[in-house]
Order: sequence, then C-alpha cells, then structure tokens
Amino acid sequence: MTEGPLKRLWSRLGTLDPRYLISFLITLILVLGEAFYGILGGYERLAITLGVCVATEVALSWLIRGHIASLQSAYVTGLSLSLLLKPQAGLIWPFTLGAFLAIASKYVLMLRGRHLWNPSNFAISLLLVLAPSRIALLSHQWGNHLATNVVIWTFGLLIASRVRVLHVTLTYVACYLVLAALRSALVGTPLLAELAPITGPMYQLFIFFMITDPRTTVHTKRGRIIVVAIVALVEAIIRVAGDNNVAALTPLYPAPPILALAIVGPIAMAIDLLRSGDLPKSSVTPGVGAEAS
Amino acid sequence: MRRLVLAAVFIAAILLVVILSRPAEQGNNPASSAPGFALQNVAHEIGIDFVHQRPTLDPRLDNIAPLIAAMGAGVAVVDVNNDGWPDLYFTNSRFGAPNALYLNHGDGTFVNVAQQAGVADVNRPGEGVSMGAVWGDFDNDGLEDLLIYKWGYLQLFKNLGNLHFADVTEAAGLRQWMNSNGAIWIDYDRDGLVDLYVTGYFRSDIDLWHVKTTQIMENSFEFAENGGKNRLFHNLGNGRFEDVTDQMGVGSTRWTLAAAAADFNGDGWPDLFLANDYGPEELYVNQDGKHFVLQRAGLESDSKSGMSASLGDVLNRGRLDVFVTNISERGYLFQGNNLRLNFLSELGRFEQGASGVLADAGWAWGAQLGDLDNDGRNELFITNGYVSGDRNRSYWYGFSKVAGANGNLFEDTKNWPAIGTASLSGYERSALLVRRGDSGWVDVAARVGVTDEYDGRAVALVDLFNRGVLDVVVANQNQPALVYKNTVVPGRHWITYHLVGSRSNRSAIGAEVTLYAGDTRQLQVVTGGVGFASENDRRLHYGLGATALIDSVVIRWPSGTRQVVEQPAADQLHTVREP
Repeated sequence: MTEGPLKRLWSRLGTLDPRYLISFLITLILVLGEAFYGILGGYERLAITLGVCVATEVALSWLIRGHIASLQSAYVTGLSLSLLLKPQAGLIWPFTLGAFLAIASKYVLMLRGRHLWNPSNFAISLLLVLAPSRIALLSHQWGNHLATNVVIWTFGLLIASRVRVLHVTLTYVACYLVLAALRSALVGTPLLAELAPITGPMYQLFIFFMITDPRTTVHTKRGRIIVVAIVALVEAIIRVAGDNNVAALTPLYPAPPILALAIVGPIAMAIDLLRSGDLPKSSVTPGVGAEAS
Repeated sequence: MRRLVLAAVFIAAILLVVILSRPAEQGNNPASSAPGFALQNVAHEIGIDFVHQRPTLDPRLDNIAPLIAAMGAGVAVVDVNNDGWPDLYFTNSRFGAPNALYLNHGDGTFVNVAQQAGVADVNRPGEGVSMGAVWGDFDNDGLEDLLIYKWGYLQLFKNLGNLHFADVTEAAGLRQWMNSNGAIWIDYDRDGLVDLYVTGYFRSDIDLWHVKTTQIMENSFEFAENGGKNRLFHNLGNGRFEDVTDQMGVGSTRWTLAAAAADFNGDGWPDLFLANDYGPEELYVNQDGKHFVLQRAGLESDSKSGMSASLGDVLNRGRLDVFVTNISERGYLFQGNNLRLNFLSELGRFEQGASGVLADAGWAWGAQLGDLDNDGRNELFITNGYVSGDRNRSYWYGFSKVAGANGNLFEDTKNWPAIGTASLSGYERSALLVRRGDSGWVDVAARVGVTDEYDGRAVALVDLFNRGVLDVVVANQNQPALVYKNTVVPGRHWITYHLVGSRSNRSAIGAEVTLYAGDTRQLQVVTGGVGFASENDRRLHYGLGATALIDSVVIRWPSGTRQVVEQPAADQLHTVREP
C-alpha cells in the first residue's frame, strides 16, 4: 500500500529544520492577524523590528563568532516582538531597543557558550519591568475570536508534534489547567476566568515560540518537563499574588507566563549547564526551536 | 575585548530604556510659558451641589456591578428660558434620584428648578435611569426641548415656557426601550426640523434590573457588533417622529458611546461620526439626506474603546477634526486617544494626529475642544478615571484575565472575576492640554487648577457668566459635579455668536461659522450634543488673542444659505438670525 500525500508531507516535515516550520507558523499568525485584525499597528513597526534584529544578528555573529549566523532566529524574534509589543502611540524606540536587546542578549548573557534567555522573552520582560509606563502587551486581542484560536492552536500543535516538543507544550497546558483550577478554588474566582487567559494571543506566542526554544531549555526530555512545570507553578504564584494585590509583584501582573519563564528559564539553564558541562552540539535536542541560533 | 565592548553597549541600551521610559516633563514646569488662564471649582459657591448616583442593577450582575454601572453622569447646557443666561441640566442614574435643572439667575448663582419644571423624577423602576440628555427645539417654537436617553425608555419633554415641561414621549412615537449612552439632534435631511439619533449600548431587549441571562456583554474587545442598535428618528413636523434607521442605513450595533454630527466632507450634508466601545470608529456619510453610507475613512482597522467624540478645528485649517477618547494603562494597555485630523477632501480619510499626552491621558471619557485661553487656538479638556474604589486594590490584573480571552467567555458576566471594592483606573486626574505650536500638546491641568481625582464622565464648555470666557462643567460618576470658573489673563479678545435659524431649524444645529482674522481662521459648528453624555453651550465662542480685528465671519446655515458678516466687533455676543 502506497503512502498517502498527507503522510508523505508529514514525514518530510519531520526532516526539515524545525526553524522553517516555526518561521512558517509565526508568519501565518502575522498574516492572519494583520489581515483580519490589524495587529501590527503599522508596517513600519514590523520593518524596524525585523531590520534591527537582522542587522544586530549579522553584526554580532560576525564580530563575535567570525561568521554570519542563520537569520531565522532573528526573523522569529523580530516577528514575536512586533506581535507582542504594544507601546504608547507613536513610540518606535521600544521596537528598536527591544530588538537590539533581544538579539544582543544571546551574545552577552551566556554561560558556557550558551545563551540563557529566549531572546524575545528577555526583551519583553525587560521592557515590561523597566518601562511599564511606555509598554503594554495586551493592546491587541486579535479579535477574541474562536476561529483564530482554532487555526493557531491546530497548526501550533501539529508543528510542535512534528518537531518533537509537543511534550513541552502539553506539559505546560496541563499544568496551567490544573493550577488554574486550584487557583480558582483557592481565590474563589470563576474557573472560566482563570482558564480564559490561555485562550488569548499572548499565550499562543508564549506556548509555541518561547517555552519550546531548545536553546534556552535543559537538554533532557524529563528535565524540560520539570522546568516547564516549574514555569507554570511560578506563573500560578504570580497570579495568586495578583489576585491578592501584592504590591511588590505589580510589575509581573501584566504578563505572568512571560515573566515566569524569564525567571525560571535561565536558572534552569544555568543549573543544567553547570551539572552537565559543555555538551556537544549534537546533543541539543531539535525542537520547535523558536529562536534558536 | 569585543565582548567587553558589546557588554558595555548592551548595558547602555538597558539604561537608555530606563531614561526613555521616564515621564516627559509636563506643563507643570514653572519654567514653561504660563498657560494664560486659570480654573477654579466654584460649584458650591454658585449653588450647584449636584451629586450623581450610579445605578443599582440586577443582583445577578453584582460581581462586576461597578464596571457596568459606571455611566450616567451627564451634563447638558441650555438657555431653557431664553433669558440669555446658560442653564445646566445634570442626569442622575439611581431609581428615585432626581435629575437637576440649574437655572442661571445671571447674578452668579444657580437654583435647581427641575422639580417644579417636571424634569426631575425620571429615574423610576420600570422606566429606567438617565444616562444623559440633549436639548433641541424640535418643534421650532423658540423653546429648547429636552430628550433624556436612558437605560430604559427614552423621554422627550416639550418646553411649554415659564419653566414648565410636558412629557410628549408617547405622542411623539419615541417610547422605546433602549440601553443608550448617547443621543444628538441632527437635521440630517435639512428640512428645517431637527431629527434625533440615539445610540445603543447594551442590546435593547435587555432589562438591566431583570436580566434573563448574564450573557449581556461584548463578545470581542476589538470588533464587537453585539451591542444595542443605534436609531435614527425622523422628525415629521407634527410632533411625531418616525424610525428611519434601516431606511437610512445607520443602525450600527457596535456599542456606540458617542455620536457627533457635522459636514465632514464639505458636501453640505451633516455626516455621522460614531465613537464605539470595543470596536473601530465609524463615519456614516450623508448622501443628500436620502441615505447614509459607511465610508472607509482610515478608521476601520484601528479598533479601540471609543468613549467620546469631540469636534474642533484643531489646526485652524477651517476643517472639523474629531477627538476620540480611549484607554491607557501602564503595563496593560495603550490604546491611546485618537485625534482624527480631517483630510477627507484631499485623501478621503482621517489622519491620526495623537501622540504623547494627547494619546495617553488615562481611562479617558468625555472631552471637549474649546478656546479656554482666548488665544485663537483650541485647548482640550479630557476627563479620566473609571472606577475609584480601594486605592490599594487594582482590578487591572483581574480584567486582564478576560480581556485577551475568547469572546464567548467574557460575553457572560458570570465568567468575570469579581471586582469587589477594587479600583480600575481610579483616581485619575483630568487632563487639560494646550497646543504649543511645534512643541505639541502640553498638560497644564494641575497648573491651572484642575486637581480633582473624581471619575469624570461628561464635560461641557460654556460661558456661564457671560464674561467672554469658556468655563468648564464636569459631571462625575457617583460623585459631585464640578464647575470650573475660568479666568483668562487680560488683553485677550473674543467674540461669540448665537445663531437663530428660520428656514433652518431654529436651534441652528448644523450651522458652520468660520472666522477670518489676519492669516488665521477658525471653524466651529453648532451641535445638538457632542462629546460623551454632554452638550456644550450652543453659542459659539472664539478667542482672538491680542487682536480685536476680525476680517469677516462666514455663516453657512443648514438650509444652505451663506451669510457673510464683515468686520464684526470683538468682545461681544452677536445674535444672528438666518436671513
């Protein structure tokens, strides 16, 4: 019996560099979002962010490593920042500085030759904490439409599966759901209110482009599952603090998952690197590789 | 070495983020030029002690009642008895709480005559509660009549003179249940009779005191179309109105909070500009009074939370621009206010002109453009603040849980986190922006005396004491109303026009007046309601700056009549009757 075309396509996708797939997914999100909801808020933002990301990647990889790195990471970072950053009207500097800091973080914040933060996660977290009077993430909700959710989740899960990071995505989602139920019971808020955020655009970008980045997570499958569970747990702690208006954590409330990853991710990476020493490149598990360089 | 340099640049970039995120120096800096005017709240001194009371709704909505019951404080200016002194009508929103009609005695004092006039006790179970009011002489008898829009039945009061009113809602064919937060008088067909455009917010099948379902909210924060239907009522001239909404194509269901009417495209017919909550603004272009067409005018994809639509010739170009308020909150949301600069004639669209303090004022509600310092340019007063509860508890985090979610979830109130006693963008001061040429807009509110932190809703500009300056009246939600008396520095001239229509509607609603002085010009339009839940002084006030010389004033009446007044005298009120 011959293979069907879909099965052949599925097999071929498995042999592709995962970064092509993730580039396709984020481009799909961008095109859908811009076509239906005008999520960019101006093409100049996209052009500037992408331009700075690519230029920074080219310059720093050549200066520091002596060769020009693949630009797919810069592409994905540029699109992520364009989609998520929603600054005050007319401000361009959050895109330029955010793009530079995201890419540069890969060359500065390193341990044993590996960068610790997912680039866009680092830049967004930094901007949110340092410049909340200028930056927001939630200004565009992509219509709050179910159809958009279905398309992104379907493609996202398929691609995550194909590039073998579905365990990361599903672990996070499962942890989120369980912890949301616990938070609901603990705080007394409606369960659907606690589940609601995961249906939003911030989570789509977070789940498919940040927590699955193999360059900024630990090298074993079991380790990744544990780390992502801890990310979900820290996020839950931030959320419970938010429900109780703990003033000290106010900067974290606009984007709990992104800031939880920014806290947990590098610590886990550092522990993993220090425990395992320098690993040969081949041992880095291919993943959805959102912003792997 | 290269890595060290890179690390230094990296740290410098982070420092730059910190520096750039610092608030810009505002007009409160004593070194900046003086604003040229000062405001002082004199409400109590002049006898205005109105305190708005918010509605109490069905207990099934209790978890977010403060969010829903967050509107209803409205103010409308009218000369109710034609004595030449502007009076004020405030709306209230709790069952049993009366609306107020403050009669201007002309001696600097006001007295509430709503009870004896019969326009006080309008907030009753089964009838609904007031959300705002607009005055217009619908029967051209020379007396301004009153339309109250509600979450409930509309109410039309005919002014009988001698401060007496008759409820003619039923006879006028207007007894319709709408959950409305805005209405304007507009003579859309230029037949000399003002018609009525009423906006819908919640669907009209919802009784907020007896909800059949808790699925009453918007189904998108960006593109919701499940709101109440706006309605256009044609004035038949016999005391009756006819619903022509569908025939005229203006039945938007986009949760409209404010409408403004003016001839934006210069074809002589008044168009409709809608500020919609949870969706993009809309421009309905009037097709010779026979139909309206929703025009793509650069507004379609810019979806925000439109609260108020104010009109003004912002750049002294002889064009009416629109200022629309929106929401900004640090870390969470920067929708930004919109200044829609009118380039319809050249480009077929509006251009965005808002940035800086003009864009991000807070959770902005009512706003008005007017020349507060008599320098010949518009200032902008913006009220801010949504719910002021516990200062140490913010609902923004709870709000953010549902704001990005799938629409089906937050359409149902029971899925929202309870707000309890928390604030949501509470205790925000109003902004008062002056335009300083190329330097852009500067907020001088605190410097000129606007320091209150009430939850402002409606704002109206009016020369309350007939002194040749615009005063500011603010209706605050669940809080006292404010009357900011204006004092302008000496040496600034002004002129005011009061128009009386003959072939046009008597209120002259829709008339445009362009003032030419030297190389400057100023355009204003007579409106029948503008801003959010507000109506300004119908007299058009122009500041002139240091010059008292006016070349000419051109009046374009709604009937089409063009009238030119050469070199009118400054520093006085001119009453002009349509020739």
